[in-house]
Amino acid sequence: MDTLQLFLEAGFWMAVVRMATPLLFGTLGELICERAGVLNLGIEGIMAAGCMSGWTWVYLGGDLWGGILFAACVGGAFGLLHAIFTVHLGLSQHVTGLGITMLASALSSFVFRMVLPDVTTPPKIVPFAPMDIPILGDIPVLGPIIFNQSPLTLLALILVFFVGWFLKHTPAGLALCMTGENPMAVESQGLSVFAIRTCAVVVGSGLMAVGGAFLTLSAFDAFYIGMVNGRGWICIALVVFSSWKPSKALLGVVLFAAFDALQMRVQQDVSMVIPYQFYLMMPYVFSIVALIIMSRRSAYPKALLVPFRKGER
Amino acid sequence: MQDSTPFLQLLGISKKFGSVTALSKVSLSLHQGEILALLGENGAGKTTLMNILFGHYVADSGSITLNGKELPSGSPRHALKAGLGMVHQHFTLADNMSVFDNITLGTEPLFAFRRKKSEAIRKIKDLINAYELDVDHRSLVKHLSVGQRQRVEILKALYRDTRILILDEPTAVLTPQESEHLFATLRLLVDKGLAIIFITHKLKEVIGVSDRCLVLRHGVVTYEHRTSETDMDTLAREMVGGEVPKVEVLPGAPGETVLSLHMVSACDRHGFSLLHEASLHLRSGEILGIAGVSGNGQGHLADLISGLLSPSSGSFELLGEEVVRLGPVDMVRRGVGRIPEDRTGTGLIGDMNVQENLILENYWKKEVSRYGLLKASFMKKNSEEITSRYDVRCGGEELPVRMMSGGNMQKLILGRVLSEKPSVIMANQPTWGLDVGAATFVHSQLISASRSGAGVIIISEDLDELFKVADVIQVMYQGSLSAPIQPSATNAREMGLAMSGHLDVFTMVSPEEACHAA
Repeated sequence: MDTLQLFLEAGFWMAVVRMATPLLFGTLGELICERAGVLNLGIEGIMAAGCMSGWTWVYLGGDLWGGILFAACVGGAFGLLHAIFTVHLGLSQHVTGLGITMLASALSSFVFRMVLPDVTTPPKIVPFAPMDIPILGDIPVLGPIIFNQSPLTLLALILVFFVGWFLKHTPAGLALCMTGENPMAVESQGLSVFAIRTCAVVVGSGLMAVGGAFLTLSAFDAFYIGMVNGRGWICIALVVFSSWKPSKALLGVVLFAAFDALQMRVQQDVSMVIPYQFYLMMPYVFSIVALIIMSRRSAYPKALLVPFRKGER
Repeated sequence: MQDSTPFLQLLGISKKFGSVTALSKVSLSLHQGEILALLGENGAGKTTLMNILFGHYVADSGSITLNGKELPSGSPRHALKAGLGMVHQHFTLADNMSVFDNITLGTEPLFAFRRKKSEAIRKIKDLINAYELDVDHRSLVKHLSVGQRQRVEILKALYRDTRILILDEPTAVLTPQESEHLFATLRLLVDKGLAIIFITHKLKEVIGVSDRCLVLRHGVVTYEHRTSETDMDTLAREMVGGEVPKVEVLPGAPGETVLSLHMVSACDRHGFSLLHEASLHLRSGEILGIAGVSGNGQGHLADLISGLLSPSSGSFELLGEEVVRLGPVDMVRRGVGRIPEDRTGTGLIGDMNVQENLILENYWKKEVSRYGLLKASFMKKNSEEITSRYDVRCGGEELPVRMMSGGNMQKLILGRVLSEKPSVIMANQPTWGLDVGAATFVHSQLISASRSGAGVIIISEDLDELFKVADVIQVMYQGSLSAPIQPSATNAREMGLAMSGHLDVFTMVSPEEACHAA
């Protein structure tokens, strides 16, 4: 197979955009948390909880969009837990985040087993169908890649621009960024650091869970234990890669997904001399190299990881 | 000029931090159109009082009435709404954001789709013109000088139509010229009907700008008077609570050079210049003062002499030997004593006790440890000796040192350094945050160390301190050092010029003129 030719195929780019979708939700969610100054290592578990809760909602008879909304609420609830520990009690963001990941992952498996005690092969649901938008879908090249996708993919792309706009041009976005830079600046202007950080973590966690729900309600049609498979951790790396900017996050996510899609295509080719494990490694090697290059220059939010305690010097 | 009813009234404010009483039944009133100076030593409770007024802290008891209405406690939002504005000593600005963003944050409803920028910019420009607060609203805060940042803080308050402006130690970071500019601005504001509370520990400023003054000592108001009817001596006595201790400065007899830097430059790992062709010559028996506005490379100079930073070019000699790639341990062993700026961060280990902290720099010596084991008897004797000789009150040698006051911590560091009889002493901001008693003690110890043969470098942002104790002064600006000058041959105005970048001001003065100025 000619690798160069692969890049010209619309099918390849469709796969890239599809694979990018859960990462896009996760990265935007993490970016919102970190811009407010809170690292959320609960992302891996929150995505798993989103996977499970969205799927369970639909399996028990709810509709697909209801499943997405339910997943967002479950994610938001874990976010609230994270915020109570790290924002209000000022505990370590690393430890709390890892704890949330373990709790949410384990709870997801547990609830799944409770709902389906005696099943060996996971049952399936009817996932989101690709959209069929009349005019936009007929645009050559771009049409199938962007508009013949699941509606969640389109939502994720719109969100990139919305979050970018929100952070840059709205008063609330300014307050959020300022909280991540210097909480005292926010407090001395009469705004509540606690409220802003809590909101950011809840909303961000909700987005992460939607990214998880995409896996069970759109990319696949069943829930497997461990299906998030490190995507959450990749999102954390992508946030650093993006220098905490949504537009660059889109670039990073697409790059990563492209490597991932390439890896999948290439490893199917049996005539290849190189063992397929090397291709499996590719996206991760890429993210490490990209991190090394980008993070030297990136200006991280100054108050990231610093708890704010009112009334202390 | 004044109404009979006060605009702002604080009644019986008390506050405790743990078991320490910070404020006890403090009352204060402020009228429109006046400048009230709040005078007191470090730790007297001035900042605590203002933080209660602004809502950062909640008072244990007492009430605040503004314009006839009681102000809810613990809410900066209500304080801002009522017309209070505060310029904090440690600026509350976000470095990576623009001046404009810092000023307008929280001034419009949070949930709008767009920010109203053009109106806001017009208002900010009007304020800048009206009060001569020269600063560009588009630049990032991190690119501004300290003086400009302070103007942004004042703009932040004025943008919200402040009626009462509180300034916490506003001149601590300014050159004399910038201070004058600030005072002119304050006069302008008062003429427009604002009321100002000005927190300071500098007597000259109280006399210079305030209409009325209030002295706070150990959390109690001890004195209140119209400024025109009082004088500096009275204020000083009230502030300290007795006669002001004086430092006796013995004449020095400089000997041979103990430390010299010749055209030394240094960079960080990104290639950013930290020191630029800095030269200095320190002789034994001499106190060299390094003046400058904070953040002009004083910390890097201290790091260089402590062995934490190596020069990228130029020569660095210690006791006649070239210093090449020596770490902090080597510098200590060669006789450099270090009194760092950050007492709890780099000077002491807060969770360790007095005995342990005292051997941090000499634990390797034979009398302190043998076969890798510390000698408990030596540690005990050592700490008893030093704590009594340097008057360290620690409340028990087994307690972690973070429980001690700033003054006692500094005496402990001083004791550790001086008992090793170093030939060079590098003291960075040795009296920062200390009360007059402790500061005087530190000064007299450093002077006597120098008179018995050590070369002492004192880095300070407080010009009065350097004029008091230094034999020669060099000014630091953006990593460069000026030529040395004797304090008697210069004045505050020239120093201010040098501190704002005119490092050549001393070299232009001819010896005759220097004599004349003295």
